[in-house]
Amino acid sequence: MAKKEKKEEEEPRIGVFICHCGSNIGGFIDCKEVAERAKKLPHVVFTQDNLYTCSETGLAAIKKGIREHNLNRVVVASCTPRTHEPLFRACIEEEGLNPYLFNFVNIRDQDTWVHQKVPDKAFIKANDVVRMGVAKAEKLEPLDKIIVDVTPTALVIGGGVAGMTAALNLSNQGFETHLVEKDNRLGGRLNGLYKLFPKDQESSELLDALKKKVENNPRLKVYTSATVKNIEGFVGNYEIEVEQGKNIIPLKIGCIIVAVGTSLFTPEGYYGYDGEKRITQSQLEVKLKSGTLNENEIVMIQCVGARIEERKYCSNVCCMTALKNALIIKEKNPNTHITILFRDLYTPGSYYEEYYRKAREKGIVFIYYNPEKAPKVEKDTIKVFNEYIGEEISIPYDLLVLSVPLVANAENKALAQMLKVPLEENGFFLEAHVKLRPMDFATDGVYLSGSAKWPVDITESITQGYAAASRASTILSHNTLEVEGATSSLPEYNKALCTGCEVCITVCPYKAISKNEDDEIVITQVLCKGCGVCGATCSNHAIVIRHFTDEQIMAEIDAFGGK
Amino acid sequence: MVRKLGDNSKSVVVIGAGIAGIQAALDLGDMGIKVYLVEKEPCIGGRMAQLDKTFPTLDCSICILAPKLSECYRHPNITLYTLAEVQKIEGSAGNFTVEVLKHPRYVKEGVCTNCGDCGSICPVRGVPNFFDADLVTQSAAQIAFPAAVPPVYRINPDVCLYLNYGICGLCYQNCGADAIDFTQKEEVIPVENVGAIIVATGVDLAENIHTLNVYGYQKYDNVVTAMEFERLICASGPQQGHLKTLTDGRTPKKIAFLQCIDSRNDRTQDYCSSVCCMYTTKEAMVAYEHDNELESYVFYIDLRAGGKGFQKFLLRGAEEYNIKYIKSKISHIEVDENQSPIITYENLESAEIKQMRFDLVVLATCIIPSLSNEKIAKILGIDLDKNRFIKTDPFFPIESSVPGIYTCGCAREPMDIPRSVAEASGAAARAAELVKGG
Repeated sequence: MAKKEKKEEEEPRIGVFICHCGSNIGGFIDCKEVAERAKKLPHVVFTQDNLYTCSETGLAAIKKGIREHNLNRVVVASCTPRTHEPLFRACIEEEGLNPYLFNFVNIRDQDTWVHQKVPDKAFIKANDVVRMGVAKAEKLEPLDKIIVDVTPTALVIGGGVAGMTAALNLSNQGFETHLVEKDNRLGGRLNGLYKLFPKDQESSELLDALKKKVENNPRLKVYTSATVKNIEGFVGNYEIEVEQGKNIIPLKIGCIIVAVGTSLFTPEGYYGYDGEKRITQSQLEVKLKSGTLNENEIVMIQCVGARIEERKYCSNVCCMTALKNALIIKEKNPNTHITILFRDLYTPGSYYEEYYRKAREKGIVFIYYNPEKAPKVEKDTIKVFNEYIGEEISIPYDLLVLSVPLVANAENKALAQMLKVPLEENGFFLEAHVKLRPMDFATDGVYLSGSAKWPVDITESITQGYAAASRASTILSHNTLEVEGATSSLPEYNKALCTGCEVCITVCPYKAISKNEDDEIVITQVLCKGCGVCGATCSNHAIVIRHFTDEQIMAEIDAFGGK
Repeated sequence: MVRKLGDNSKSVVVIGAGIAGIQAALDLGDMGIKVYLVEKEPCIGGRMAQLDKTFPTLDCSICILAPKLSECYRHPNITLYTLAEVQKIEGSAGNFTVEVLKHPRYVKEGVCTNCGDCGSICPVRGVPNFFDADLVTQSAAQIAFPAAVPPVYRINPDVCLYLNYGICGLCYQNCGADAIDFTQKEEVIPVENVGAIIVATGVDLAENIHTLNVYGYQKYDNVVTAMEFERLICASGPQQGHLKTLTDGRTPKKIAFLQCIDSRNDRTQDYCSSVCCMYTTKEAMVAYEHDNELESYVFYIDLRAGGKGFQKFLLRGAEEYNIKYIKSKISHIEVDENQSPIITYENLESAEIKQMRFDLVVLATCIIPSLSNEKIAKILGIDLDKNRFIKTDPFFPIESSVPGIYTCGCAREPMDIPRSVAEASGAAARAAELVKGG
């Protein structure tokens, strides 16, 4: 890349591109004027405003700018680096520039969006941050991405339907796969279920077929009664310790899929729950499976312990579970009276809505209840305020079935810490982006599927199992990977400054810093995410955060406030 | 550098380049598998590109989608055919031959600079733009939206004067890049050695097959569909995001959102459209962000919000965005002398019949299967279900009735974006098994 090196040695020649983002930015400030003013900044040789700089047209404009004006630094002022920095870096790289000679200036998320009501001030701020961005761009240095090898093996944690599906797919794609299950058998929640909606097929039928495929797959190794004890390393290169009985099994793994599933809420203290006359849907399934259900007056209450102050969410599967069990009972004994007390009946899509209709046709009674006037459970009757007729009605029962939510596993926290991935407020695992990266974690090489992420039914567990496998395969299919180059470093020339105080080791959230045999600080580059915490806490300024050096940041501050 | 795993010379054909088709193509491309992505429209992105923001994070839809559009366009393993359809297949799982019919664009891709000179000189006007829910018109030389991918204009052969009557040709003369090419013909492209096919045809909407007259739509100007409303509140839409009524340009202060329009209904679609409760709340929130005096009323049967963070989103709507949820059934809609809609409804909590006046009514219309499903099903030999979605089994949700042909997203059932994205990755995983010979 002779062309690239030549450009970097030259005087900085900066191009600035101001994005309107449709009217997200352009609707509030005069982008043309921002571009005009940027023209007068030091080393800026070209500026332009674009309707959407990220569009193919916008990217072509950047490339044209680089070619025609011999630019060696590019600044884009637009939405957010979170979504768009990779795109612009790739764009300038295609024109032969080092991708780190690009600087992103945020004038949408942190400017026109938050200062919508004071567009005059937003305009001033846009000019300020562009000026700062240009000052930093002048000091940018080319960096190399780090290349690491990838071990073509996968670890799937959790042997329920999602985990088994993921593991089978990956092994069928040709990757050696290890499936770790804490129980003494595969199957997860499928083991506790009687029949599965909406086909009313026996759970064991699906489970046995899956298990057979898993057990007969030569590339798939199953460890039951086993847990993951330790995880070291990084994408493509994990060192895992699996504990099975007294044995510790070491594994070399490229990608990890989290499919640990979920737990059932126990409704202690709700509606007189006693596990006998007042039971959960899960306990009802045990009765149905063993053929010991003799009751004729059955009432079910939905959202027990869900959609309340301490647990705000809807658990997704309980309405369908109630319908399924009610239909099974009706099928067996059409004279059984079944009443379902619900808040909002959750049967989305075509299959489930049809199931709901079927339940109504079979004579199952549905009564809406307002959570502010919750049903009252007495010895043999339930009193519920029927909003529609405006009075309280009494329903006799000999079996009360409570539909309780799925809740996050208590062990999630420990696993999350080991994997260095986050949990959301209810204790479920938190994905990288709710909308467009549903199976990924922010940490590369770790993926998520099934109810570990959020309560889902069998159908979604299967699709998510495949989906996580697909995401893992996008890594495992490569011999090598490129990792971000803007990392923390302790340069040779700064080593004398390091006092060995170890504060950086303590604060690093990614466990990327350690001491070697010579008692020297070592930063494992591929583990480092470039967050900068170590650099900020290093009292002697020995640590340098590449792409965010003291010199670059000071240049920005000077540009903002003048010297 | 892609690892060699057996014979990876087989490719995958993905039909439909909405968010599902795009995700499937990207995953496969990133696995080192060759993908042919076939889209019938002139640009990719599907329904998601039309949306203003997305629930439950209120991310700007095109902002999070645009990088994926570009990535798809630039991906070395993805070949994109727009204005194209699959017209024939032969063979079986692991070894299909697919024939793609590519319609002429009359503008050369790779030459067009997307400058728009053809569009401004074209004398044909008033051609509705589907992308803006037909609320905006264009000329015959057109592009759906500024960030469209591919960033190439198209001459609409239905209305172009030159193509129909042999006169005009102004765009040809005006194009500085010499990109206009009226000699382009339909092209048949054979794709051989196809291991698997993924059908991601997405959705159409109830208004595409029904007048919705009973809800006052097309009768009263202040009754709009949710997709129209989506464009009206969108910053890149016809009103630049400043919501006004379509009759007299007033800023609406009170909006009614009617749920389950043509869904959960014996006379039309009997299924639940899955996404309307959530997008309605989002639309009411976005409208409130434009005008903090706005009151929104959502008339619903059941509020269906089972996804991650969805309940919290509804609660936020009620607490912070002045949205009132009324469990109800709509009787009928009329208008007063100012064209303001008056809704007569039965409140299902109090069993009272009531009336309320609004400035604007938004209909949450049902997602229906893509109108192209029947044709595609016939060509591929796959079954449709009774609603004309691609037929799947609940426990084999990605498999169509023909081995080697997979499906994902709204092609098979109404669903939201995260689920479509997940299923798309899932379909990619299944296709990869076949291609890698597992």
